[in-house]
Amino acid sequence: MAQNQAKQAYAAGAHPDLPPPVRTTGPVGWIRANLLSSPLNITLTLLSAWLLWSIVPPVLNWALFDAIWSAIDRKDCWAQMDEPRAGACWAFIRGSFRLFIYGWYPEPERWRVNVAFVLLLLAIVGVLRDNLPGKKYWLWFAVAFPFIGAWLIVGGFGLTPVGTQKLGGILLTVIIGVTGITFSLPLGIALALGRRSKLPALRAVCVIFIEFIRGVPLITLLFVASTMLTYFLPPGSTFDLLMRVLIMVTLFSAAYIAEVVRGGLQGLSSGQYEAADSLGLTYWKAHRLIILPQALKISIPGIVNTFIGLYKDSVLVLIIGMMDILGLGRARLNDPDWLGLAPELYLFIALFFFLCCFSMARYSLSLEKKLETGHAQ
Amino acid sequence: MNNPDDTQNISVEPAEPIITINGMHKWFGDFHVLKNINLEVRRGERIVICGPSGSGKSTLIRCINRLEEHQQGTITVDGTELTQDLKNIEIIRSEVGMVFQQFNLFPHLTALENVTLAPIWVRKMPRAEAEESAMKYLERVKIPEQALKYPGQLSGGQQQRVAIARSLCMNPRIMLFDEPTSALDPEMIKEVLDVMIELAESGMTMLVVTHEMGFATAVAHRVIFMDEGQIIEERPPREFFENPEHERTKLFLSQILHH
Repeated sequence: MAQNQAKQAYAAGAHPDLPPPVRTTGPVGWIRANLLSSPLNITLTLLSAWLLWSIVPPVLNWALFDAIWSAIDRKDCWAQMDEPRAGACWAFIRGSFRLFIYGWYPEPERWRVNVAFVLLLLAIVGVLRDNLPGKKYWLWFAVAFPFIGAWLIVGGFGLTPVGTQKLGGILLTVIIGVTGITFSLPLGIALALGRRSKLPALRAVCVIFIEFIRGVPLITLLFVASTMLTYFLPPGSTFDLLMRVLIMVTLFSAAYIAEVVRGGLQGLSSGQYEAADSLGLTYWKAHRLIILPQALKISIPGIVNTFIGLYKDSVLVLIIGMMDILGLGRARLNDPDWLGLAPELYLFIALFFFLCCFSMARYSLSLEKKLETGHAQ
Repeated sequence: MNNPDDTQNISVEPAEPIITINGMHKWFGDFHVLKNINLEVRRGERIVICGPSGSGKSTLIRCINRLEEHQQGTITVDGTELTQDLKNIEIIRSEVGMVFQQFNLFPHLTALENVTLAPIWVRKMPRAEAEESAMKYLERVKIPEQALKYPGQLSGGQQQRVAIARSLCMNPRIMLFDEPTSALDPEMIKEVLDVMIELAESGMTMLVVTHEMGFATAVAHRVIFMDEGQIIEERPPREFFENPEHERTKLFLSQILHH
């Protein structure tokens, strides 16, 4: 009887929306659900708290509170601490900072690196930001940037030439990373489309290229770039080592991008192709307007994953004698004034790579969110 | 199989044929899907094609805009013969609109962008003009207020109506419908059929693959029954439903009508 009355208290659709029980929402609900939901989880929560408590304070003390920021050498550094090595000696990094950034780039020309870096930031903003006034010109600028940047860095055409062997440190790492990323994406897309082409010859070329590059370690390709290519080139001709490395890194990453994009292309239903065909769109228009925007959207996590891998793999160039940030840092460790400061160095390098890669990862997440338009078909 | 006597019963005003299919065969690999199809569709004529699944009815209309390639015989659409020539295929596709069972809207574009895409990129229409025309068609299918939503935010019936507007915005001379209501919830079938009936009344040439027999009775000039890749029977809807000639047709009708 009571139940019947409850059922009839409201007409269909007239029942008010009630708030959920307090214990299931807010901070209390969050803690109950995420930290204390079962005996096992309570144990894990306590264990994690104990681990954090025993690790985080000592690390913070070493890296920040007891750290020394200015000193002339390691002895001076340790003299300033309660006991030697109780804190980090960031003075080492500070002292070598300009070397880490510019490598051996000539002092009076370093403004060119700075200008190139600012232009790079502008190009990135131009590509990544929507709703910029004159978006078209920003994109043209971004396309032109690699050439402007290359001109600024290596000089010529009115600027004092700077040999590429003078490049090093973060400058070199960023050059390899940015060049690889910029050129491997279009090349990878082209390879992916080629691999799905109806023309057998084109398809075969793309498949062989992708499978060959994927089947060979990057280090091997870099050795090929540094040694073997001279055998294939006409005798006497010089072909800049950095250029060869850039080409190899780009090709390597393009093969992976191609496979990621191919996955995205296969994720589209054939109905999308048929709808585009039935509207009279040509192959290129259909791909540009319908197929690629969707396929690339699906592929974003994989593409960014490849980019991050490429960026980090750029340190492998130290094996063929190029001094990127890692190679240069290791060389600095041999300085008698600063012997034994490897933890500071590697932490600094790790932080540098982490900041670069983490921003790429965050950007890709925000891009995925922005492109989300409800359920895919 | 074409029965020549049937063609005299058609209640269309004499008009020139817009689609002519002669002795057409199609294979998927070794599988003979369409066998000796002969069909003539006149301008303004509305044809409903039905038959059991796997009978080749979808494949037949997909051959008309070359989503499928036929291997023998000829298909001529509005004076242009379908051959390997890409130019001809483009001409025909820009004149023939198609509506799919799964809607196939472009999920990364709004409803309005879905409709304006082809006019802008195929017909080279200025954007403002294309949008104006698109809004006209979205009003015609009764969802102008959904113009800025993405397909994922629309119901199935709304999506299918956007798909119809998308085809109409290219000003096609012929509309092909491939089971347009089969993927819809029952309560949404009517809103799509209403749009199609309105389109039929405006004099559009339509080929519709459907099992909506009410729609066939209301608007079709001819109903074509297909089985095993052949046209078995071809008659005006009333005769088709009340007095089917072939045993196979009778069996099919008894199955879909008493269900």
